Amino acid sequence: MAELKLTSARKSFGSIDVLHGIDLAVRDGEFVVFVGPSGCGKSTLLRLIAGLENVTSGEIHIDGERVTHLPASERGLAMVFQSYALYPHMSVRKNMGFALENMGLKPAEIEARVARAAAMLRLTDYLDRKPKALSGGQRQRVAIGRAIVRDPKIFLFDEPLSNLDAELRVATRKELASLHAGLGGTMIYVTHDQVEAMTLADRIVVLNAGRIEQVGTPLELYNRPANAFVAGFIGSPRMNFLPAVVVSDDGTLRLTVGEVEVALPRPASGLAAGASVTLGIRPEHIEIAPGDGMLAAKIDLLEQLGGETFVYATAPGLPQITLRQDGQSHFHRGDAVAIRFAPDHLHIFDAAGAALARP
Amino acid sequence: MRLASLLGQRRNGPGRPLHWTDIAAYAYLALGVVLMFGPVLWLVLSSFKTQSALLEFPPSLLPFAQVEVTVPGQPQKLPLFRTNLPDGSVRELAQVRRIGLVAQMVDPADPAKQFRVAIDKREPVRRVAFATENYSEPLQRFAFLRFLFNSVFVTVVATLITLLINSMAAYALAVYAFPGKQTATLAVIGTLMIPMTIILVPVYLVVTELGLANSLWAVILPGAATPTGVFLLRQYMLTLPKDLIEAARMDKASEWQIYWRIVMPLTLPALAVLAIFSIMWRWNEFLWPLAVLTKTEVYTLQIALNAFQGELQTQWHYLLAMTVVTLAPVALVFVFLQRFITTGIGSTGMK
Repeated sequence: MAELKLTSARKSFGSIDVLHGIDLAVRDGEFVVFVGPSGCGKSTLLRLIAGLENVTSGEIHIDGERVTHLPASERGLAMVFQSYALYPHMSVRKNMGFALENMGLKPAEIEARVARAAAMLRLTDYLDRKPKALSGGQRQRVAIGRAIVRDPKIFLFDEPLSNLDAELRVATRKELASLHAGLGGTMIYVTHDQVEAMTLADRIVVLNAGRIEQVGTPLELYNRPANAFVAGFIGSPRMNFLPAVVVSDDGTLRLTVGEVEVALPRPASGLAAGASVTLGIRPEHIEIAPGDGMLAAKIDLLEQLGGETFVYATAPGLPQITLRQDGQSHFHRGDAVAIRFAPDHLHIFDAAGAALARP
Repeated sequence: MRLASLLGQRRNGPGRPLHWTDIAAYAYLALGVVLMFGPVLWLVLSSFKTQSALLEFPPSLLPFAQVEVTVPGQPQKLPLFRTNLPDGSVRELAQVRRIGLVAQMVDPADPAKQFRVAIDKREPVRRVAFATENYSEPLQRFAFLRFLFNSVFVTVVATLITLLINSMAAYALAVYAFPGKQTATLAVIGTLMIPMTIILVPVYLVVTELGLANSLWAVILPGAATPTGVFLLRQYMLTLPKDLIEAARMDKASEWQIYWRIVMPLTLPALAVLAIFSIMWRWNEFLWPLAVLTKTEVYTLQIALNAFQGELQTQWHYLLAMTVVTLAPVALVFVFLQRFITTGIGSTGMK
């Protein structure tokens, strides 16, 4: 168990800058998830922490100790790879005990630790099998077991669930959450799946193009995204972004959205009349009004999932809007409806994409 | 059983009439078998021939030897001939002596009676006979066990050294990133283009300078690092997932442990291929040992074989028999390891 501190960590491969100065502090016992689209540098960041890549510049501290140039084997971290990276020629027992042998532990101690981890991960019956003879989920658990036996300072996970099928992924996700609750170790987890991020994380680090966009608890990111990127990345289906033009901003923000004008009571934030902004609203915060709403729209498509319904509608002059309704919808394709935004849940982003302070 | 079903394959499935392409395919394959195994078969059969049978023209495929019989009253065994007698009868007679074009012959059943026969009226009686003395005599007379030991020692030690140092070089070239890696790889592969004959003299000078001449190490060491081996192993190691090596690094394994406990076991198929190649190279190696080994006690089998070939006379019967003996071990290696050859070569990209 340990804390981790990154100070303006940069990484370039040749002339390509992958990470542009990452500052991040991970607290002891925290479960931090790095999330972002592919190519955002999240795996590279994890490998920098692991010591599998060297930083181009910047510092890494674990428990206050500078480890920037320490090789991976001496950092005391354990990593679960996306491919599991189990040694194919060793039995499960050997796979899990390999690191302990390298640490010079006595055979009895190794056996005890492996047995304990195997019991925790329900692998006791498979200890003498080779990885080839295991299912995907079991291999995944062996990979986790290999990390657990070492009692590492920090657990690193590199997209560990992406090779599992959907059902197993949900089950393993829950196991990981309970594992963290049980072990209490510091864990850093990389994924591109925002659902995994939301369900597992104490804090989420959203990365984009080699920069940290926002760090916060899952609900902070959901409720108060710092910018349009985070707002779009967190939440499914993604947030609707509607282009708007400021009419006036004097205690009531008046905006032209498509062909209508909306008024939002909120403190002045210094927007000039005529400035372009983006209105962000999540599908679950839009409702179909019985009478008149804010916008008149026409339903393009309905996706009835039984427990909820996604409605895709267009309003004149605006991109397609996604709405989420509880339960089953009685609307049909082509119906003209009036839609209304919940004003408390509206996000406004300036031309650069930064979120304006919400009341 | 499996061989039978393999040989019974036909174009339209088992039990169907033969298509002309089946016949053509089998004829082609049979030709291949004859071309490849004909010489070997001839060698083995010839190795059982007596010296005189070897020089016979036209040559026979099977080893024949003239039948000799003991005739009472004659000190030596006499060769037996089938003879056309002037009275038109055909009898098997033993030849006592030959004077010019006439042979003096005797009936083994009735030694008192003698015949004088023109030599074109008689034909030797021959039977298939294996001249095993071709094997037993040189094995007793020459220090064959010494040569065998030398050859086995050279082959085993050289193969072990080759596997070890080639895999280490391949590991470095496959796993590490270092400046000049590309150049180093190219240099290794480039040496493939330099034949042994070109560097024979300089290497000989180095070996004698080091005082290794006339020792088995002079044969073992210069060829221990082979570009083929390094290249073959490197190509195979490149296919190992990088994650495994990184996982081992995370597991606190030292570089030696990664090499020895992770990479080597996983490279086993390629190592098997290289081992087979190395055994064949070393066992059959001729030119280089001939250059550096001049004392009989350090001769390898191949060099010892060469000794049967004198300047004026070649003892073909011994040479052929001992060739068969030297072929046998590699053939056995092949029989038992051919499974690895096919799977190994298939997965090393050496197609």
